[in-house]
Order: sequence, then structure tokens, then C-alpha cells
Amino acid sequence: MGRQQVVQSQFFANLKRYYAFYTGGFISFVVVVGILEQLGVPVKILGYIFLFFTIILYAGIGFMSKTADVGEYYVAGRRVPALFNGMATGADWMSAASFIGLAGTLYHMGYDGLAFVLGWTGGYCLVALLLAPYLRKFGQFTIPDFLGARFGGHLPRFIGIVAAIACSFTYVIAQIYGVGIITSRFTGLEFQVGVFVGLSGILVCSFLGGMKAVTWTQVAQYIILITAYMIPVVWLAVKHTGVPIPQIAAYTSALPKVTALEIELNDKTTVKGAREESVRAIFRQHAAEADAKLKGLAADGARFLAVEKEKLIDDAARLQASPMADPRTVDAAERTVREFPRSVEAAREEWTAEAAMVDRAAPIKPHAEAFAVSGETPEEVEANRAIAKKNFLALVACLMIGTAALPHILMRYYTTPSVQEARVSVFWSMFFIFLLYVTAPALAILAKFEVYSQLVGSSFSSLPAWVSNWAAVDKTLMNIADINKDGIVQLAEIVIGGDLIVLATPEIAGLPYVISGLVAAGGLAAALSAADGLLLTIANAMSHDLYYKMIDPHASTMRRLAVSKGLLLAVALLAAYVTSLKPGNILFLVGAAFSLAASGFFPALVAGIFWKRANWLGAVLGMSLGLGVCAYYMYLTYPFFGVNAPKWWDINPIASGTFGIPAGFLGVIIGSLISPAPSREIQDMVDHVRYPSFDTSISSGIRAR
Amino acid sequence: MQLTERHRKYWNSNLRMTTILLVVWFVATFAMSWYARELNEITLIGPLGFYMSAQGSLIIYVAIVWYYARYMNTLDTEYGVEAGEPD
Repeated sequence: MGRQQVVQSQFFANLKRYYAFYTGGFISFVVVVGILEQLGVPVKILGYIFLFFTIILYAGIGFMSKTADVGEYYVAGRRVPALFNGMATGADWMSAASFIGLAGTLYHMGYDGLAFVLGWTGGYCLVALLLAPYLRKFGQFTIPDFLGARFGGHLPRFIGIVAAIACSFTYVIAQIYGVGIITSRFTGLEFQVGVFVGLSGILVCSFLGGMKAVTWTQVAQYIILITAYMIPVVWLAVKHTGVPIPQIAAYTSALPKVTALEIELNDKTTVKGAREESVRAIFRQHAAEADAKLKGLAADGARFLAVEKEKLIDDAARLQASPMADPRTVDAAERTVREFPRSVEAAREEWTAEAAMVDRAAPIKPHAEAFAVSGETPEEVEANRAIAKKNFLALVACLMIGTAALPHILMRYYTTPSVQEARVSVFWSMFFIFLLYVTAPALAILAKFEVYSQLVGSSFSSLPAWVSNWAAVDKTLMNIADINKDGIVQLAEIVIGGDLIVLATPEIAGLPYVISGLVAAGGLAAALSAADGLLLTIANAMSHDLYYKMIDPHASTMRRLAVSKGLLLAVALLAAYVTSLKPGNILFLVGAAFSLAASGFFPALVAGIFWKRANWLGAVLGMSLGLGVCAYYMYLTYPFFGVNAPKWWDINPIASGTFGIPAGFLGVIIGSLISPAPSREIQDMVDHVRYPSFDTSISSGIRAR
Repeated sequence: MQLTERHRKYWNSNLRMTTILLVVWFVATFAMSWYARELNEITLIGPLGFYMSAQGSLIIYVAIVWYYARYMNTLDTEYGVEAGEPD
């Protein structure tokens, strides 16, 4: 054992001790807050304590890890042990969308939502087998570094910078959005203020210590987020099934019961089924009326609107004249007149929303059924099912390949001490990520069981506390109304927002508020840690790759770090500004980031390692074709851009990479074959990357420092 | 740099294992979801198709990555290349 290894193992032992203390400290903190709650401190104050304590904690770790060394700033000194790099990658990886959104998506989509679970875990197989060990052997600072060294010339590096910024920036906006939502929901701060408060935590951290600070903060954040996710789910599993392992309880105990209830509620001959049907009939009727009005509007426009309003005014007048009329009915009729849409556009919007109620009249989709679709005829069902299946597989592929191409993840494998540790580190990453993703589907089932068995059939006069609380806080998360006026809750009368599942689990499980605060802290940790890694990636692409490697290769260390930190601040503020405009659909941003990364990076990176013949023209052609095709298809089909061209091969825009990735590979192959093979030196470099340490004497100038 | 026979053997072992594991990965992901409806007819721990995509395939992924790290790190030792870069 060399001296260096002794130092490293000492370092590892210390780290384990620090984080054991840290975890103990955090648990004590939660206990103290729990005691404060019992003493009657208002929950709003507890929310603030959680928010500020954790942000200060992260900032503190960032401050302790401040550095002015280039190697520490960019790759944490390359001495992060596999286990800890795995935790950091886990936190880096799991975003607000995974932590808060995923279980809700699974609750609503059933089997079809599992595309996200498969995609976001299976991608690590590609990272492990095709990229991580080789990138570690290459051992520089960024992903564009590899492209630049492997393919030669500035252009491949430059396209790499563009791709890294494009996908990281879209992704970071989704993260900061999550930060804003969590801080505003748990403290009552405004969304925009919440964004900046959260961001200040991120900035202190990455600003002072770069990758080093981000790494040690992410480890701390992983511990918080996984604890926060697990506690309520385990509790819920115990409550329902007596088995403390939700991943088993959900499938052996809850899922069969959920399936039985689905059948019962869909069957009009049972008592519960008949009640559901009465609610659905009301929705169908509303929708049909709205449809008829929309048709009239399309035919006659403003004239139709005037006639309709006239009818309502007559109705109200007749009611008022009648001595027998109930004053409440009269009020209602007058309100209908007052609230009648004022313009053709307003009417169209309102009635279109009403017509969409027909969705709420649809029968329940069985949770476990794969590719459940509807259609008029058996042939149509078959055709729709083929489309659903195709899109499921395409989305899984895009998410997986995107995972194996997102620069902020790949960059993490530069930080381990050796190639061997990089391999083990992917295993730990995979394992720590697996813990959350394997729990989310179980949580969705347990929550569904709670709703179907406890909430449905209960009385409106005695709703469970968590239902009335959340319905009062936010209608988009929990909306419940007695549509058929029978005083009993039917499934069709409940609308649950996806984010509710994780946020309300502690209350559903009957845990005190302190656990809700812990869950919010976990969500915040997930969003902050992902945002940290992404911002650093963007800033590094610009400062290291663009400024140092392309513009001023003679810049001093001081200057490089100053530029990097300045850019970090600028990018963070820009991202926060864009986020505060609320650009909308988070899923859109996430999907776009994965498809762009998959199409832009994956073909060139893999070819660069496994195909010696791949060269400059191949990389340039492959990356630009991949990015181009992917972006073009998004532009054509995402409703956001307003083109709405017909889809190619029925593939949804979220899986745009389906076309971008093959285009990228085609570009690499054609480009490489029509131009001469790369130089001897570059081919030697490929060998250097392939063998962990056959070649200590290699001197092609690609060593890091 | 000159590649020896040993280099080629090492690299070929690596490629072989990578291919095998990629095939396992492909089957666990795409074959399982392609036949999800058919697998759902079988009940093992819940409907099999659903179970595989929610949990079974994930366990296979963890196993793939674990096995690859173990196999390759042993291979490195066997070929005497286990020492990390002295940097």
C-alpha cells in the first residue's frame, strides 16, 4: 500500500465519521422540532425553521469547503471515495420532479408512468458499461474537454459546450421552479421570493468551493432526502398492511385490493358502482350541453351568445316572478346571468373546459394494466394500444440514453481517485437512486389504496383531516365537491394533483407535522442539489471550455476561477429570472433536456471510446445532426411553439430523441467514413482511455495537470 | 504506443462482458415492457408485467452494474493494471 493510499483510506474513515455525526445531528434536530411542535409552536414557524436551518447547513458545508485550487474547484481534487460519490450523484440526479412529482405521476398513469422509473434508473447501466470508467481514465475537467481532445480542433468542443448549456439550462429551470414551489408552499413566501431565497443557498455553496463544496453538500442532501422519502412511506405501509417494507407490502397486499376496488367501482350493478355512475352521468350531461353550445357558437358566433344570454335572463325573470320560488334558486339563476361569458373567446374557453369534463366521466383505468387505451371499435383500441406501447418504449429509450449523456452526471465520475473506484461508484450511485425509484411505485399504490378504500364512501360531513386541509390550501392539489349531492364521497368527485401524493403522505399516515416539514426539506434538498450540479456544469462549460481552452489559454489560475465564479453568478441570476416568469410545464422542460442530451452527446461520446475510426468530421456531423433533428422535431410538435405539425410515426414530442439519437449515430458513422482516419496520436489516446494503467509513459499531452 | 497480445485479450474480455450485460439490460427493459400485457396474465408478486417494470427490472439493473464493477476490477488485477493513475 502506497503512502497515497494510506492518506486516502484515512480520509475515507474521517468522512464516514463526519457524516455519521452529521446524520445523528440532523435526527436530533428533527426531534427538537418535533418537541417544539408538541409544545404548541405554530406550524408556520416550524416551516421557517426547517427552511432556514437546512439552507444554512448547506451554505455552511459550502463555506468549509471553499477552495482556490483549480483541481479542487473543478473535480473536488479527485479524491471522492466511491461510496460518497455515489451519494452525491444520487442527490445530483434526483430532482424535484423525482422527489415530489414521480409518485403522483405513477398514481395517475399507473403502468404507463413506469417509463420514468425505468428510464431514470436503467440509464445508469449505460453510464457504467459505456462511459464512466473511460471518462475517469481520460481524467480532465468537463465533457467538452473529452470531445475536444478526442476529436481534435475547436469545433467539436464548441458544439459540446452548446449542447451542455442547452440541456443543463432547460433542466436547471425545472429545478429552480421546484425550489420556488416548495419554499412558497411551506413558508407562505411569494414564489419569486422563494426562488431567490433557495438560490442564495445554492450560490454560497458552489460559488465558494465549486465541485468540492457541491460534492460534500450533495452527500448531506442525499441523506436528508432519502430519510424524508422513506419515513412516511414505511409508516403508511405499516398502517395498512402491518409490513414495514413498502416495496413488498404494496404488491402483495395493497395492489390486489386496489384492483378489486377498481372492478367494484366500475361495475354499475354494485352499490358503490351505481353511485359512481350517477356522478359520471352528471359530468357527461354537462359535457354534452357544453358541446352543443360550442357547436352553436361555431355556427352563429356572437348572435348565438346573445340568444343564450337572453334565455338565461328570461329564466331568472320567470323565477323571480313566481311566488313559490326558493330564494336560493333565484340567486343562483341571477349569478348565472352575471357570470355569463362576455365575449365569444371567453365563451369558447369556458365551454371547452366544461366539455372536457367528459374525461371525469370515464371509467377508472386499472392501475396495473399496461397501455390501457380507449376506442370506439376493437380495431381502434388495437391501433391506439400499438401507439401507446411504441411511445412507452421510445420514452424509456430517450430517458435512459439521456441519463447517460447529461454532463452534470458524467462529470461526477471525474472526481473519484481511480478507474476502479469510478466503476464501484456507478454501482453506489445506482443503488442510492434505486432506493427512491423502487419506493415511488409502491407509494403510489399505497396512496391509491388509501383513497379508494378510506376516502371513497366516507361522508362529506366528516372528511379526513388531510383532505379538508389540503383542499383549503390549494385547489389544484385537492379538489373535492359533492357533485351528485348524496353526501357521500365518490371517486369521480375527487381531483388530486400529482404533487399531493408525496406532500400529503405524512398526514395520510397520521404522522405529526414535523414529518411534513421533513418531507418539504427533502424536496428542497433534491431540487437544490440538482440545481447546484447543473449550474456548475454550465459555468464550467463557459469558463473552462470556452474561456480558458478557446479564448485565453494563458489565463492564470486566479483569473480562471474568477471568471468561473462570475459566470456562475450570472447564470444563476439569469436562470432565476427566467424561472420567475413561470415558463410553465415542468415535464416539458425535463423531457426536452433528456432528449437534447441524448441526441447531442451520446453518439459522439460512445463512438469516441469504442470506435477508433471516429474522427473530427464524424463528431461534428453527428452532434449537430442529432441536436438539430431533435430540436426541429420538438419545434414541430410541442404545443408550446404553436406549429403543431403532424407527428412522425406517432411519436410524442417528449420522446424527440427517438429521431435525434439515430440521426446522431448516422452522422458520426457517415462523417467518419468519408474523411481520413484520426491521427496516430489520437488513436493512442483512445488506447490510453481503454486501459486503466498499461501506459504510465504515454506522453500525448492529455494529462490533467 | 504498441498494443501487445495481452492488451487485446484484456480489451476483448471487457467487450465480451459489456455485450453480455447490455443484452441482459435490453431484455430487462425493452422485452419486458413489450410483453407487459402478456406478463400481467401471470401473477407472481402482483401482476408480473407491472411488477417487473416497477421493481424487477430495477433490481436487475443494480445487479448488472454491481457485477460489471466486480468483474472488471478483478480483470484489472489479473492483468496487473489495478493501480490507479498516480495523479
